[in-house]
Formats: sequence, C-alpha cells, structure tokens
Amino acid sequence: MSDLVQLLTPEGVRVPDDTYEEWVADVDAASMRSLYRDLVLLRRFDSEAVALQRQGELGLWASLLGQEAAQIGAGRAMRPQDHAFPTYREHGIAWCRDVDPVDILGLFRGTTLGGWDPRRHGLHLYTIVIGAQTLHATGYAMGVQRDGAVGTGDPDRDTAVLAFFGDGATSQGDVNEAFIWASVTNVPVVFFCQNNQWAISEPLERQTRIPLYRRAHGFGFPGVRVDGNDVLACLAVSRAALARAREGSGPMLVEAYTYRMGAHTTSDDPTRYRVEAELEQWRLKDPVERVKAFLLRGGEADASFLADVEAEADALAERVRTGCRSLPEPEPAVVFDHVYAALDPDLVVQRDEIARLAALGGEVPA
Amino acid sequence: MTAAPAPTEMAMAKALNAGLRRALESDPRVLLMGEDIGRLGGVFRVTDGLAKDFGEDRVMDTPLAESGIVGTAVGLALRGYRPVCEIQFDGFVYPAFDQIVSQVAKMRFRSGSTAVMPVVVRIPYGGGIGAVEHHSESPEAYFVHTPGLRVVSPSTPEDAYWMVQQAIASDDPVVFLEPKRRYWDKGTVDVSAAPRPLFAGRQLREGSDAVLVGYGPTVGTCLEAAEAASEEGRSVGVVDLRSLSPVDWPLLVGAARAYGRVVVVHEAHRTLGIGAEVAARLSEECFYSLEAPVLRVTGYDTPYPPSRMEEVWLPDVDRVLDALDEALAY
Repeated sequence: MSDLVQLLTPEGVRVPDDTYEEWVADVDAASMRSLYRDLVLLRRFDSEAVALQRQGELGLWASLLGQEAAQIGAGRAMRPQDHAFPTYREHGIAWCRDVDPVDILGLFRGTTLGGWDPRRHGLHLYTIVIGAQTLHATGYAMGVQRDGAVGTGDPDRDTAVLAFFGDGATSQGDVNEAFIWASVTNVPVVFFCQNNQWAISEPLERQTRIPLYRRAHGFGFPGVRVDGNDVLACLAVSRAALARAREGSGPMLVEAYTYRMGAHTTSDDPTRYRVEAELEQWRLKDPVERVKAFLLRGGEADASFLADVEAEADALAERVRTGCRSLPEPEPAVVFDHVYAALDPDLVVQRDEIARLAALGGEVPA
Repeated sequence: MTAAPAPTEMAMAKALNAGLRRALESDPRVLLMGEDIGRLGGVFRVTDGLAKDFGEDRVMDTPLAESGIVGTAVGLALRGYRPVCEIQFDGFVYPAFDQIVSQVAKMRFRSGSTAVMPVVVRIPYGGGIGAVEHHSESPEAYFVHTPGLRVVSPSTPEDAYWMVQQAIASDDPVVFLEPKRRYWDKGTVDVSAAPRPLFAGRQLREGSDAVLVGYGPTVGTCLEAAEAASEEGRSVGVVDLRSLSPVDWPLLVGAARAYGRVVVVHEAHRTLGIGAEVAARLSEECFYSLEAPVLRVTGYDTPYPPSRMEEVWLPDVDRVLDALDEALAY
C-alpha cells in the first residue's frame, strides 16, 4: 500500500518519509519509551475494563484493542488549548487528555452519562449517536476561528479541533455535512477517522468503494492515510494536520488504517462474521509490539524498563478495579437537577414522588 | 436623557427582526445562522438587513443542511456562543431532529451542567398560507415531549419582539415557533415596557361561561370566536399559552376552576397534541371544577392536506363555536 504513511514497520524498523519524518524529529529514545508506556498502560486499562464487564461491574465496554497507536499518536499531538470530540471508543484520547481512567468507566457502569468536565480536559463527552460529534467539532472550530485563535503564530493561542469517528460513520449524513461545512468555512478542524475495518458486523466494503482518505479531495481539502498501528506515523501526521489547522489552512482528513482486534463491544460476537485468519494477519502488525521491537533493537530499552512498565500497568489495573467498584451511585433526586438551568416546578413534583415512594419502603398502604 | 420610544404599530415579522437586531446589539456572542438569512434576509424577510448591519460573520448563510445548522450550533454553544438557528420551514426541521432531540436537549443533563446549550431554533410553523407540501406543519408536540427543551410561540408582534430576545438570553435551548400566517398581522409593540416572563401564559380576554386556550396561530381564531360568542350572549375567555414547555399550569388551572369549561385549539394533529396534555392535566388537577370534558379543536389526524382544502382542515371560528356549544351543553 504505497499511499500509506509509515515511519515504523511492524518489525520495529524506522523508515524514511520525506513529508512526515520532520514532524517527529524531536522524538528521541526517551520519547519513544514514553509512547511505549502510554500504549502498554492504555492496553492494560482496556483489558481490565473488558474483565470488569465480564465480572458484571460494567454494563458494556467498547474495547479499543488494536487501535492504541492511532489514539496515542493523535492524542499526543494535541496542545492543551486544543479540543477533541470523541466517539465512545476514544479511551486513548481521554488518557492523553488527563481524564482519570476510572471516570471513563462511569458511562459504561451506568453511574453517569458523562464523567468529566469537557472544558477542563479539552475533551467533549463521548458521543454514541454515530457521527453527530463531527458537526459539534466543526461548530466548535467555527467558534475558534471567530475568537481569532487561528493563524496568529502564537503557539499557545492557535487552536485546533479534532473530530474522531470510524469507517462506519463516514456513511452518515452528519459526517458528510461536517466535511462540507468545514470546507466552506475553512475552520481549524482535523477529521480523524480510525478505519478499523468493521462497523459492528459490516466490513468496509459496505461503506465505501474508494479509500476513505480520498473522499476528502471531493470535499475540497486534503486527505492522508496513515498506518494506524504505527504510533510514530500517527503522531507525525496528526501534528502536521493540527499545525496546518492552527495556522489557518483549514480542515484535513486523516484516515488511520487500523483494525478492531476485539469485538465491537462486549455484547458483540465477531466469530459470527469474520475469520480468524484476518486477525492473525493483523496480530503481526501489533501497535505495541513494534515499538517494543524498535526499543530493544536499538538498545533503547532493557528488561528492567519493560518490567517497570509492566509493574505500572499492574498498579493501574488494581486502581481501576478498585475505583470502578467505588464509583458513586447516581442519586435519584439528583437526576432532576440538570434538565434545565433552573429546577422546573413540574420536575419538583416528580422528584418528590420518588421520595414519597421511597418513604413507603416498598410497602403499599392498605 | 432620551425619552422612551413611543409604542409603534408593526407586523410580527418586523417585530422579530427588531428583536433579533436588539439581541445582536446587546450580546456579541449572539449569532444567527440559517439558509438564505443573509443577503436575502430570509424567505420571510425576518432577518432583513441584519447581515448588512452586523456582518456575514454574525448573520451566516449556511450550507443547505438542517442537521448541520443545529449540529454546528452545538459546537458554537460549547465554545461560548449563543447561536440562533433558523429552520426555513417547519417541515424541514426533521433532518435536524437528532441534533435537537439527542444532542441539544440532553447536553446539560448528561454533562451535569458543565456543557450547556443556549441555542435557539426558530421555526416558522403552521398552515393557512396556501403553501406546498412540508411548508404548513405544526411539529410542536415532538419538542414539548422532549425533556431539556423549552418550546414557546408568540401570537402577537409585541410578544414576538420580546420573546425572541428572552429565548436568546435563556440558558436553556428554546424551540421558537413563529406562526407564519401571522407574520404580516400588525400590532402595537412597546419596546420600552417591561416584558412578561417568557414562560408565562396570558389571559387575553375575560369571560364567565368558558375559556378558549390557544397559542401561536390559533390565538387570533380564539379571540374571533369569543367575540362571535359574545354576540350570542355568551361570555367566553381566551388564554394564550405562549409557552408550551413549560405550560403555565397555575394560570390554566385557575381558568379551568373559574369557568369549568375549557376548549383547546391548535393546528397540530389531535392525538397526543398539546390539547391532550391540557385535558389530562386539568382532569388530574381540577376534576371537580370541570362542568364538561376538556374539548379539542385541532388539525385532523391526517398528514397536512393539499392547500386548497386547508380551510376545512384547520380549526376556524365555526369549529371553535361548535365545540363551545358542545361544552356548554353539558
């Protein structure tokens, strides 16, 4: 696939790229070790969440297994002032935006519909309706443009917006409308599509007849396909696209070509629709293993470093397990508090009904 | 010190224009967005001249995509703006339904008020103008049924002037329904008097035998019917709901208790319309005060008909008088 940007082969060998390698020229051995740490911790968090679902602690989990590099690459390319709009699978972006992993679990445990303050983290809440958030990202970027936070040359002021979505979402009207809007308004938004090849049970062929990144051309902005299992390439391409947006050159589509190694969610059974051989091929392109191979080959990491990261992952897993079980239960009375800016008199009556029924203690008076 | 401007006669479309102008003047975060609202001034000219005076950055002609209009408004609101979306006609709001119902309405709730939506969605609605299909609908019940949204509809130019400003100033998302067949009706607008609260109803006419309840386009119909009834010696009051979410229940329950006979009039379909909610609520709250069942005069439970038969489809004075007779016969 000659149109694929790749800086690190599945075997962990650096490959040159005239366009993009300059964007990661600063990534030294320490940075590579840091990226490796992110990938390992993120994967451990994700597998722990799957386990928590199996134990009945979560109602559902959407695993990101296989997509760690795409998300760490994009997430680490963001600046503090940038803002991202995730789907429900962007745990790696939340990780990079300093959301406590335990707080990501709340939505899936059923203790909250949110979990964090979007402004504080520069990360909107998870959006479950497919593609709706791409319009939110575009509108937010329109606001950024209006605020004059584009093209000033001030690295602490110029702001970009990242819209995340998957291959299935590219069929949605909202995503196509977002492309049109962003194009004609020339706003600082990067459309980051993780093409993980599957929309639940539907393969990519159900969504498109051409490579997704090439759709951008028709909308009037550039598109690029990057090896979504190569964290270095994802970092480089994301940095380039975000920089382009911040300087005022408009939107760009990044297609991170990757693979959903797990089920769509814990409720899904992929053995009904895809073959094991396909997974075998993608296992050879694993995003974590290639960084490990690179570090070991160059002598940039040793056994004690790897052991330290593993120990850190174990500690994270323990913290996530404990934290999940102690997430606060939602209070029935509080559910009425955030419907409107002020508590509605009708809602007061309905809220009091819960209290009245609770006071009966389940006893129906004779 | 300048004297307060004297009340002036103006049409509702003009009053809305003046209200939007004042909102744009008083808050730089207010933005108007919609199809053909810029240079053209909107298909009903409600935004006439605003793009020229406030710039195409603040009065934006958008691409032709309703979901995009509301979806990008969500993002603008998250960035701190107060977008006012114009949906060109009632029947075109459905492509934006997900963004309104699943995104705008729920954002405050799911974020615990850390992400709020001061978004207004203006929709010219209702029939009576001889329009083609999809240009005469009354979709209010969908939005009233959605927690998180506020829904209001002015019936007079003065209310239009104030209510659009109040909706824009509201920190809750507001679906703002403009009765398009009343756009050209004139009324007195006092731009210096203190406005009524946005979510309050208003008793427009006192009466002792029965009360007619309308909103938006049917308030005028109710007033005409009450006048006709008075010529037959019947004293009939009229309440303009003004706000459909929330409904001003204290006003309505008070009126029902006082008169015992209530007729609700709206253009929207009968089944599960606002009238159904009014009937249910009044039977819960003042059953023993009612002398007759709450009756409904509404559009029929069919799709909106071809325009040459809309006169028989829409509630008119005769249908309201007929319902009044029925109520008074109990």
